[in-house]
Amino acid sequence: MARVVVLGAGISGHTSAAFLKKMLGKKHEVIVVSPSQYYQWVPSNIWVGIGKMKVDQVRFKLNKVYNRWGIIFKQAKATTIHPEGDSTTDSPFVSIEYVSEDKNGETEKVEYDYLVNATGPKLRFDLTEGLGPDNNTLSVCTFSHADHTWNELQKRIELMKQGKKQRFLIGTGHPTATCQGAAFEYALNVAFEIRKRKLSHMADITWITNEYELGDFGMGGAYVKRGGYITSTKVFTESVLSEYDITWIKRAGIKKVEPGIAHYETLDGEEKSVEFDFSMLIPAFTGQGFKAFNKQGEDITDVVFAPNGFMKVDADYSGKAFEDWSINDWPQTYQNPTYSNMYATGIAFAPPHSISKPMTSPNGTKIFPAPPRTGMPSGVIGKIVAQNIAEFIKKGATEHKHTANMGRMGAACIVSAGYSLTHGQGATMTVSPIVPDYEKYPQWGRDIEATVGEMGLAGHWIKLFLHYMFIHKAKGYPLWWLLPE
Amino acid sequence: MEEKKELRAYKEESYPPYPTKATKFWRRNFIYQFFKFWQLNYKIMRIVVKGHT
Repeated sequence: MARVVVLGAGISGHTSAAFLKKMLGKKHEVIVVSPSQYYQWVPSNIWVGIGKMKVDQVRFKLNKVYNRWGIIFKQAKATTIHPEGDSTTDSPFVSIEYVSEDKNGETEKVEYDYLVNATGPKLRFDLTEGLGPDNNTLSVCTFSHADHTWNELQKRIELMKQGKKQRFLIGTGHPTATCQGAAFEYALNVAFEIRKRKLSHMADITWITNEYELGDFGMGGAYVKRGGYITSTKVFTESVLSEYDITWIKRAGIKKVEPGIAHYETLDGEEKSVEFDFSMLIPAFTGQGFKAFNKQGEDITDVVFAPNGFMKVDADYSGKAFEDWSINDWPQTYQNPTYSNMYATGIAFAPPHSISKPMTSPNGTKIFPAPPRTGMPSGVIGKIVAQNIAEFIKKGATEHKHTANMGRMGAACIVSAGYSLTHGQGATMTVSPIVPDYEKYPQWGRDIEATVGEMGLAGHWIKLFLHYMFIHKAKGYPLWWLLPE
Repeated sequence: MEEKKELRAYKEESYPPYPTKATKFWRRNFIYQFFKFWQLNYKIMRIVVKGHT
């Protein structure tokens, strides 16, 4: 019997665990370790943040699903990884500490034959002074953050109804933060809700971003066919913001937030400030910060993990110049190069470099988005890693039959721009590939026929449809495995 | 929907293309958007299938 341990139960980890169990059956053991007892469909947190969905609509308890599937669930956080075992055992293991009510604080060594690290990002509010729900800004990164943000938004709406003008600041809260898409969605939804209540004249909404140009979204922007032209997502994004009466500040790295005021540095090196009454800013992401040790108990964290805490995989980390970047720098199998039975999926793998061009201010501050790894590639990567591991275990395969390179796979991003079945809007954006391939597509970097940017009611329907489809899939309802990632 | 304020030249937000009434109409026209729903889903599915090896 083989044992596969999956760390994390987000989009990538849950997908991986589900396919591993389906393919391995009862003969082998699949263990999921996650500190949260819930699965959450993160893309819908936006709607929790504007009060259009309740928290329980975007989450469900994992143990019910895992009991049905036969997956062992440990509500715990991983603390250290020992890929060679230790002085007491030759088997590799992960040390975990339970956080569940019944076993809180208990520790355990969980041995594995294969390890899938799908721990997602650590939300590093602490990297920007004064940032975060415990300080001076809000967040929609988790369902609880989004719920709290909705409570705060309601208070602002009430104040506007009383004739008090409110300033909204939404965007990225760190010079190298990513996930611009989620913040952009939230800005549009806030504007939509305010306009619906006929309070637009009482609101000043500002979009603040570390992008060089709007529409970069951490992937160097894209080009779409629109109105007889091939136009950049900069034009598309600016057009949408303009339509929603949202002004913008770009090339801005927020470095400090005080109550009601955010301080930022521009790419020109200027130090500026912007005042607000309500602010939702996305923090920097890093890996979870696990330590790794070899059999002798020596710290090998820098062998297993990149300096940003994400796990090293089969990518090219040689640190090439922007001009030399290639899609071949990006991983295909997500296997750790030192320990072949360890994989990192979704946001947990260390990208070889950013996708957006690195930019530095005259003061030496890096101001550009880190590479995004959205739900779709995270799900695909989780699945192919599961398929490869299952084939190694069941068929004795030695080669990775399944691969997923972000320079070959595309992604769809449905940006909600207003929640209503009849008057809502959504921006449907697709790119293929995610990482531009200038060798294959020398002019635009991507397949222009596969790249879409469209606004309309259909976009809202698609986002809503995807919400229910992916919750269905995650809950393991009939034919879940037929639904694509 | 409430319209807020008119656009003014020489502000950054005045330069990007702004949707006309017709564009806004088609964006919310139920029949046209129903067709778009399937068309966009088809385009997404093409990418999804291509992304799976």
